[in-house]
Amino acid sequence: MSLVSPTMRAGVGSQIARRVSHRISAGDIRRWAIAVYWPEEPPMEFVAEDEALVAPEEFNPFAWHMAENEVHPAASAVSKNDPDRTEKQLGIDGPGLRFMLNGGMKAVYGERMRMGDVITSVVRLGPYTEREGRHGPMLISITVDTWTNQRGQHVKTVESTLIRY
Amino acid sequence: MTSLTPGQTIGEFIRETGFATWNRYAAVNDEFVPIHMDDEAGRAAGYDGAFGMGNLQWSYLHNLVRSWIGPRDRILEISCQFRRPNLKGTLRASGKITGVTETPEGAIVDLELSVVDASGAVTAPGTARVLLANG
Repeated sequence: MSLVSPTMRAGVGSQIARRVSHRISAGDIRRWAIAVYWPEEPPMEFVAEDEALVAPEEFNPFAWHMAENEVHPAASAVSKNDPDRTEKQLGIDGPGLRFMLNGGMKAVYGERMRMGDVITSVVRLGPYTEREGRHGPMLISITVDTWTNQRGQHVKTVESTLIRY
Repeated sequence: MTSLTPGQTIGEFIRETGFATWNRYAAVNDEFVPIHMDDEAGRAAGYDGAFGMGNLQWSYLHNLVRSWIGPRDRILEISCQFRRPNLKGTLRASGKITGVTETPEGAIVDLELSVVDASGAVTAPGTARVLLANG
């Protein structure tokens, strides 16, 4: 029996969330770089004077707070640790599996993020794949997160793989 | 970078990981999850203790690639799988060239990447594609 219900299948391609960041500050970029290079100094382009600053490609401007966060009304009640969170954010039932793991990521990059940029992220549900794993039936799902800047330029697209069993 | 040959290595990015690195990353990514902050929570999840964020290994792979290409060239794509937890100890990110394609804009170089823990186990294999611009 498939773990993917007809409702889940119909949800593929649906928008899970649309987020807009606050304006990226110089301090945001510098602190991120210091953390990911710690205990050594980050490269100069990440701690330079404001006008020359560029953010590391994997910098997350949505970490602590967002200017806008449009989600399905059902999403606010869903715990971050709920394995069915992906589907519940769309207001549909998930597969009801017990465990989840971050399987990996793939990013395609465009314009770099710089101080003053405002980033918009649109997250959509990607395809499902089913496999038999060591712990029984396994569901692999993809979310596709596309970022653009305030000029409408593509910043990156990240495909994240969630493994549930 | 004059000669680019498949098999050529791109150096290493090495960090001693533990709460000092994970807590700093949690602070910038708002990732205060018990399994990354508390050995008991890590053991309750079935591991030997707390373990680091996959996202921090993702950053280490970016750091590795950036240090090889330098500030003026571009990462076009990067990917990785999270195969094993990053328990406390040394992580070593490394890579090698798997292909080179000359284009009007410059050389597109494909890379094979990996993060290996102190036991020698691969925690995060990956790939990247970079553009080394002409001129």
